[in-house]
Amino acid sequence: MEKIIVCIKPVPDPLAWDRLAMDPVTKTLIREGIPSVINPLDKQALEAALEIKDACGAEVVLLAMAPVSTRPVLRQALAMGADRAVLLSDHWFAGSDTLATSRILATAIERLAPFDLICCGNFTLDGSTAQVPSQVAELLGIPNIMHVSAMEFRPPGPLLVTQKIEPGLVILEAEFPLLLSFTKEANKPRYSSFLEILAAETREIAVWTNAYLQLGAGLIGLGGSPTQMADLLIRRKVRQGLRLEGSPEEIARLLADKISQLGIV
Amino acid sequence: MEKSQIWVFMEQRGGVLHEVGLELLGKARDLAEVSGSAVAAIILGAEVAPLTDRIINHGADLVLVAEHPALETYRLLPYTDVLTRACREHHPSVLLFGATRMGVELAPRLAARLKTGLSAHCIDLQWDANGNLLQMVPGWGGGVVATIRCPEHRPQMATVMPGVMQKCESSGRSGRVITWTVGDDLDVSGPKVLEICREEPKTRALETAEVVIAGGWGIGGPEGWKLLEELAGLLGGAVGATRPPVDEGWASEEQMIGQSGKTIRPRLYIGVGISGMSHHVVGMDGSELVVAINSDPKAPLFEVADICITGDFREILPPLLEELRRRLGAKQPH
Ligand SMILES: Cc1cc2nc3c(=O)[nH]c(=O)nc-3n(C[C@H](O)[C@H](O)[C@H](O)COP(=O)(O)OP(=O)(O)OC[C@H]3O[C@@H](n4cnc5c(N)ncnc54)[C@H](O)[C@@H]3O)c2cc1C
Ligand SMILES: Nc1ncnc2c1ncn2[C@@H]1O[C@H](COP(=O)(O)O)[C@@H](O)[C@H]1O
Repeated sequence: MEKIIVCIKPVPDPLAWDRLAMDPVTKTLIREGIPSVINPLDKQALEAALEIKDACGAEVVLLAMAPVSTRPVLRQALAMGADRAVLLSDHWFAGSDTLATSRILATAIERLAPFDLICCGNFTLDGSTAQVPSQVAELLGIPNIMHVSAMEFRPPGPLLVTQKIEPGLVILEAEFPLLLSFTKEANKPRYSSFLEILAAETREIAVWTNAYLQLGAGLIGLGGSPTQMADLLIRRKVRQGLRLEGSPEEIARLLADKISQLGIV
Repeated sequence: MEKSQIWVFMEQRGGVLHEVGLELLGKARDLAEVSGSAVAAIILGAEVAPLTDRIINHGADLVLVAEHPALETYRLLPYTDVLTRACREHHPSVLLFGATRMGVELAPRLAARLKTGLSAHCIDLQWDANGNLLQMVPGWGGGVVATIRCPEHRPQMATVMPGVMQKCESSGRSGRVITWTVGDDLDVSGPKVLEICREEPKTRALETAEVVIAGGWGIGGPEGWKLLEELAGLLGGAVGATRPPVDEGWASEEQMIGQSGKTIRPRLYIGVGISGMSHHVVGMDGSELVVAINSDPKAPLFEVADICITGDFREILPPLLEELRRRLGAKQPH
């Protein structure tokens, strides 16, 4: 095993989502002041990579397309045990939909080739499209498996991957190169020690712009995205906040009335 | 001019259709009435012809059947190959998938190969004034809905959440079945399937249930949990949970609602013994009617609830069960 690439997306901290606002003119979300965290499932992807590294040795490379301000998120991932990190950052990348994002990631991965395995999270918290993994794999022309809930790799044996389906599980035998996207059942991401966190503070993070990737304007950003945002609506549902008072029996009747009104009973 | 076509991918495993395909046919029918398009279903497998009557009765004008022994069990690359060829030959205007595990893996790969747009787990679809498909996509745990369109590329692809579209069935509809010959040059590369373990879910799938009864740490143990299951049983719903009951083993991982679990949008959500931390709320805030039952009048879940009941669930639920049983006309327990 030579190299494993882990795709990591810094996402706005969900604990601060109630502070999300919308720019009424550009119809984009204002994320300013909302801290970024590593997309939770990307920790599962990194842990899977690190387990292979521990077992048979491999270089683990982190790859993220995000603003340079998200460097601290990559440092957290470096502290878990990754060898190096590449941050793809350029204003030309802004506004990319999943296809354009996948082109950018796939092109960067080609620059990092040769590789054996790419690990992704199964979906992200913010967009949660779950589209990037299959699209990156397609653009690289390698197979991929989503919804991975377990992985077993004991060389010289084959790579066995457990995939969740509806209903049940499928066990697949796969060959490298391959892209896998992991669910939360896949493993328990390790914690980093204080010393590891401290050491990561000063680690170098390579920043690649489009000057290095050389993607045409028609392939990336808004212009390279087949989908467009026509409208964006922040839905803060207005709730009734009706308090039901009385004896348990009275409350039961009132609640049963409400449920009947929905046509459920 | 030939009629434009709205295609629905009919997911099947082991000869059993996934309901979401039938739901999508219902939506496709509505869209087709407005635009004058034809609705076509596409189904892949080894012997799937027996399913075509049901597909036609649910609204397809046309069923494209691609049969080949290598398509018996779903595999990503052969399926992508067949769908790519079918799209290149027939040029559908719209192509819809269920946002199931299969759809979520397959649709993006196909969209990337066709170099077209795809929107994820839509909750509604409409035409705009120019005949483009408007795709409503929830994000940020349901707090934001984006309207996506794909004006310059075809097909316009979307995956749609199971359980949100309405089926429309009428027996005796007529439709055409076209068998599509899959050549021997089918791409059969990619991971090999060694084993399939079909495990029927013990409880109803949370994502598609109309009623979800969710329990939290306040339930205190498996005994209280039985009351929730009883309530869900009466209302034909599913039982969900916050993280602590999953950690304690009262509920399974599959039942967790929230940031690290599932996002649900049932018609009725009843949260019992749940404080209402944002980690949980992001997963249930899209519910139509939210009922909160909590002994603490200041529980944050009350702030996002339509109906707030302060009290011990052990006192509130038994009379409720009784009242509902009475209304449902079911037998009283002994
Ligand atoms: C990164 C991260 C991700 C997380 N992801 C999730 C997630 O996806 N989903 C999730 O749910 N949690 C998640 N959590 C955990 C979350 O932060 C909360 O800890 C959890 O939601 C609290 O669950 P709870 O409301 O059941 O328990 P508590 O907060 O302990 O609340 C219990 C409630 O029960 C009430 N109560 C007690 N006794 C009774 C009684 N007899 N009758 C009625 N009410 C009673 C109490 O008043 C209290 O309000 C996550 C946490 C982290 C850090
Ligand atoms: N901007 C990005 N940078 C790096 N990895 C990404 C990015 N977007 C998506 N990914 C990867 O793709 C997975 C699924 O993301 P998504 O398709 O956006 O839900 C994530 O868990 C990441 O592993």
